[in-house]
Amino acid sequence: MVKSDKDMTWHELNLGCMITDVGNTMQYKTGDWRSQRPIYNFERCIKCGVCYIFCPEGCISRNDAGHFVADLFFCKGCAICERECPTKVITMITEEDK
Amino acid sequence: MSNKPVGMEVSVALSETIMHCDVDVIAAYPITPQTHIVEHLADLFADGEMDAEYIPVESEHSALSACMGSAAAGARTFTATAAQGLEYMHETLFIASAMRMPIVMAIANRALSAPISVWGDHSDVMAARDTGWISIFAENGQETVDLAIMSFRIAEDHKVLLPVFLNLDGFHLSHMIEPVLIPSREEVKAFLPEHIYPAPLHPSKPVAMGECAGPNIYTEAKKQQWEVLEKSIDIIRQVFADFGKQFGREYHLVEEYKVEGAKTLLLTMGSYSETAMTCVDKMRAQGKKVGLIRLRCFRPFPFDDLRKVVKNADTLIVLDRSLVMGGPGGPVMSEVRSALFGRKGMPKVSGIVGGLGGRDITVEDFEKIYDLGEKLANDQSREFAMYGVKE
Amino acid sequence: MEKMTNNMQNYNVFVPRIVDNDEPYSSGHRGCVGCGEVLAMRLVAKAIGRNAVVCASTGCMEIISSQFPYNSWKIPWIHTLFENSAAVASGIEAAYKVMARKGKIPSADISVVAMGGDGGTFDIGLQALSGALERGHDFLYVCYDNEAYMNTGVQRSSATPFGASTSTSPAGKRRSGQHAWKKNMPSIAAAHNIPYVATACPSYPYDLMEKVKKGLAVKGPAYIQIYSSCPTGWKCDSADAVKVGRLAVETGAYPMYEIVNGQVNITIPTPEFRPLKEYLEIQRRFRHLTEEDIAVIEERLHKEYRELEEKSKCQNK
Repeated sequence: MVKSDKDMTWHELNLGCMITDVGNTMQYKTGDWRSQRPIYNFERCIKCGVCYIFCPEGCISRNDAGHFVADLFFCKGCAICERECPTKVITMITEEDK
Repeated sequence: MSNKPVGMEVSVALSETIMHCDVDVIAAYPITPQTHIVEHLADLFADGEMDAEYIPVESEHSALSACMGSAAAGARTFTATAAQGLEYMHETLFIASAMRMPIVMAIANRALSAPISVWGDHSDVMAARDTGWISIFAENGQETVDLAIMSFRIAEDHKVLLPVFLNLDGFHLSHMIEPVLIPSREEVKAFLPEHIYPAPLHPSKPVAMGECAGPNIYTEAKKQQWEVLEKSIDIIRQVFADFGKQFGREYHLVEEYKVEGAKTLLLTMGSYSETAMTCVDKMRAQGKKVGLIRLRCFRPFPFDDLRKVVKNADTLIVLDRSLVMGGPGGPVMSEVRSALFGRKGMPKVSGIVGGLGGRDITVEDFEKIYDLGEKLANDQSREFAMYGVKE
Repeated sequence: MEKMTNNMQNYNVFVPRIVDNDEPYSSGHRGCVGCGEVLAMRLVAKAIGRNAVVCASTGCMEIISSQFPYNSWKIPWIHTLFENSAAVASGIEAAYKVMARKGKIPSADISVVAMGGDGGTFDIGLQALSGALERGHDFLYVCYDNEAYMNTGVQRSSATPFGASTSTSPAGKRRSGQHAWKKNMPSIAAAHNIPYVATACPSYPYDLMEKVKKGLAVKGPAYIQIYSSCPTGWKCDSADAVKVGRLAVETGAYPMYEIVNGQVNITIPTPEFRPLKEYLEIQRRFRHLTEEDIAVIEERLHKEYRELEEKSKCQNK
């Protein structure tokens, strides 16, 4: 767990506010920015990975079946994956409709 | 290396010393009167005398920026500048200190434009006094050499890890030919251990430096920085003492000259102090109870040391070689007043500004400064006086 | 069908077979929804790999990566100022060289990558960049060009294209957006006689990553300028970040080319241009432009492209 800066004293700061557990935004949730989310019709998926390569969040990875899915902990719902998917696997639905 | 002093230009002596400190990276941009330092370093580099990287940057802003990169990568790093050059790197100064980069920078102190003047005073470093750097003043060639070696040791101490200004007066010191003893590489090595930055930029152990901080933590970041700079005074004192032990030359945060029994003390910084000493000798011979103190270290400010040294005097005259526009006169005087204010038994403080833009101050001038300072001590009508202005 | 054709190039080679899964730039960054610039940076990070150090300029990419106590970079990263990342990179490169020589580190073979936005590159950082390119440091400079000062609220820079409305080049009654033509920064970089200069765009991810690898492989400085769409500043749909880049290339608004040792090579040729209007109409920063305005811009862009093509043909004879 990354300690919140709200609870940190000056004694706890690293040299020059350096961060040593690099890449720790992996613990920072951006998924709650989302107003829409992707849903998948994997019957159409050709596992090309176009969605993966074009995701600005880098949050799309392969599941056990080899399909590409977004990690909703990070997904901000930009819909680039929906727009770029060549076989129309992805549809964005608004969060209220879930 | 012979143990006899050799006559040489102070800039050259400084460069030779930097070489003996086994500096890794030098990034510098030429500006008068710093040029002889960087030129001689370039010669040493070109002749293969010095195993370092010399980056001839396109500006002072990039000079210190390159130094920050170098220091962050863990290399021993040196640069030199003066006047507008220091001001051009101004915003980088704060970052080098806040990001705890142990860079040593020689400043051949020079007046600030306008009018443009290449001649010496302390306007440049005083405009940068609150940037979080340690600021040390040399007054002759030997001190320049010795303090250069000590500056690295202070900067790189793991309890410090802060950058250091090594101030030497432009022309009046930088271009003087003086007898100087330069410690050999071996002697320096025995005093100055290999620099090991605790968390350098390297793929083997990635770190992120230079974060964006919100209101939750900025205050704490500044508090930590303040504490480290404040506490560095103990390390500086220790390094001075260790240097004395090894090399037999003594250094103190506040240097005293004939303070014993003095009722009137003059405080100076930099090369003019030597003339002031001659003046003290002359006045003492006339039976006047005067003495001199020289501030070796302006940042961190040695509040306690100063109070200890001046407590028996009636008047403390501070000679500033820069002017705080619209303020109390001189920046050093202002600091000194603040150090003594409201404390029992402390001398009255008179502020005199002089020696601007390379204007000489002779022994006779110093006699007049002592007189003027004593008068000013009881004059509530003005904050300070400018010495030697043609009215 | 047209859409399918556009996307063919993206899936005719299946991504997982050719792209390393490693993400040196982490998720959880605070880039805007649909940010094309952070997509570009993610791809750059994938191409540079882990044996690298990144020097960031102040700007969007710096601020979204580093909010204390978080940082998205898994490789060494340093940020000091807005205008000096090339100078900081110079210092790091020099330090590695000398420290490796003195045995203080095992090797100097570490990729040094400086990066900044168009403001930090075209404008305030131009001097530091020019110095570092001229001195010949072995480093890669990546400019993420989103064509304005987005981090401070969409003010114009010298990378802002003619006609674009920004907060300091607004379209008003007397002026219609940016009145100057975009500075030709790749030419300026190339004028330093550096071995590698390229433009890239994340809509062509393999081309982009290939160029980054080439830039790192050359001995000496390399400059890559990456078209980085900004839904927030350009006022386009966040889902269009990739589409808009493709249109920029296909309309001739942002040609993709390399300059290798002075030799121009168009990497994504555009034998026939799509109408510029298709590119402009999906961005509200251009919505005030008249048909005449568009015709003027289009003519100029086509002329510039033809010139580039000429150079490429002459040199490749």
